[in-house]
Amino acid sequence: MASLDDLKKRIASVKSTQKITKAMKMVAAAKLRRAQESAEKGRPYSEKMNNIILNLSSGISDKENAPKLLSGSGNDKVHLCVVMTSDRGLCGGFNSNIIKKAKSYFTKLVEEGKDLKIITVGSKGNDQLKRAYSDKIIANISFKESKHANYFDAEKVGKMVIEKFEAEEFDVCTIFYNQFKNVITQIPQAQQIIPLNVENSEEDKSEDSYEFEPDEDEILSNLLPKNISTQIFKAMLENSASEQGSRMSAMDNATRNAGEMVDKLTIEYNRSRQAAITKELIEIISGAESL
Amino acid sequence: MSEEFKIEIVNPEKSFLVKEDVSEVVVPAFEGEMGILKDHISIISFLKPGIIKILSKSGDENYYVEDGIVEFKNNNLSILTSSIFNLTDLDKSKQQDLLKLAEEEAGKPDISDQSKYLVDQKIEVLRSLN
Repeated sequence: MASLDDLKKRIASVKSTQKITKAMKMVAAAKLRRAQESAEKGRPYSEKMNNIILNLSSGISDKENAPKLLSGSGNDKVHLCVVMTSDRGLCGGFNSNIIKKAKSYFTKLVEEGKDLKIITVGSKGNDQLKRAYSDKIIANISFKESKHANYFDAEKVGKMVIEKFEAEEFDVCTIFYNQFKNVITQIPQAQQIIPLNVENSEEDKSEDSYEFEPDEDEILSNLLPKNISTQIFKAMLENSASEQGSRMSAMDNATRNAGEMVDKLTIEYNRSRQAAITKELIEIISGAESL
Repeated sequence: MSEEFKIEIVNPEKSFLVKEDVSEVVVPAFEGEMGILKDHISIISFLKPGIIKILSKSGDENYYVEDGIVEFKNNNLSILTSSIFNLTDLDKSKQQDLLKLAEEEAGKPDISDQSKYLVDQKIEVLRSLN
């Protein structure tokens, strides 16, 4: 059995770990609120953008000559996957959930005989993917310097994706990120952004017609690249809210576990202290009796 | 009947401006400046760099935009833009920064005709602000 001194040291060390996890939880909670706020504030933009694109694409006259970002390149050979993860660890299953989702998608693609290219956003995803897919990763982007998800960064990723698409380096682009549902639940998502999936629901058809200036095709070809960046930005916002939420619950668990451990160790400490006292007493008494 | 309509300017980070009492908005649409009054026909267009003028009861406002999309429907004007600055907040140094960025881009050898046009426009507008 560990000596009293050792137990004392362990209790102290678990307690200080608990302090750290508690502090991290608090920081994550504060950051989560901000991230959630900005995710909510960012929503109108992407919704409006989506609406306009819906209206435009339903009004487009010539489907054959529609911009390639909308209709695709006509092939389905090379897939580009943008895997968005965090730059920091200690956030529970946040990163591994995305990676798991992405990996199962990759295996499916490889089985179907498709070519695979990967862009990782965030260093944690790169760390986990480079073991198995190092030859597939064509770029790794990390935004360690920027404190919050900002549109400028998203635009950088968006531009890169579009450049590669225009150079015909891939046919289909999918982004992977965690959608923020609530603090304990984040849902890993795979969203196809090129070619764009236009869901035509019934109500959109009834909307009144617009006047376009210049014509639909030109607006659309201008809008679609922006939409890519917007979708990536949305994913980044969702991701950062998810990251903080995930970290918060992970740290909450860690704090609770540390508390339990301290309790257990304290009981053990007290027992062995008592045992030591009893042992001493027995020694004294039996010593006195033998006299 | 009042001659007012609603304007909403959103950028990716947040809803930038919402105003309910706007009487006229002039936007720098791609094919030229466009004035929008109440009961304008539904329209979608996109912006080139320029100044958005908002005339309203509570005071006129001017904004500098670099790009964006305008949508007008049912007397709701939505402007989506990723770069917008209130002219009163846009001080000289910020203006110079933007100008420098634009000039750098214009100097690139592989610039396409359309983006060249947009950048030139940007430079012109920024210079005219001084």
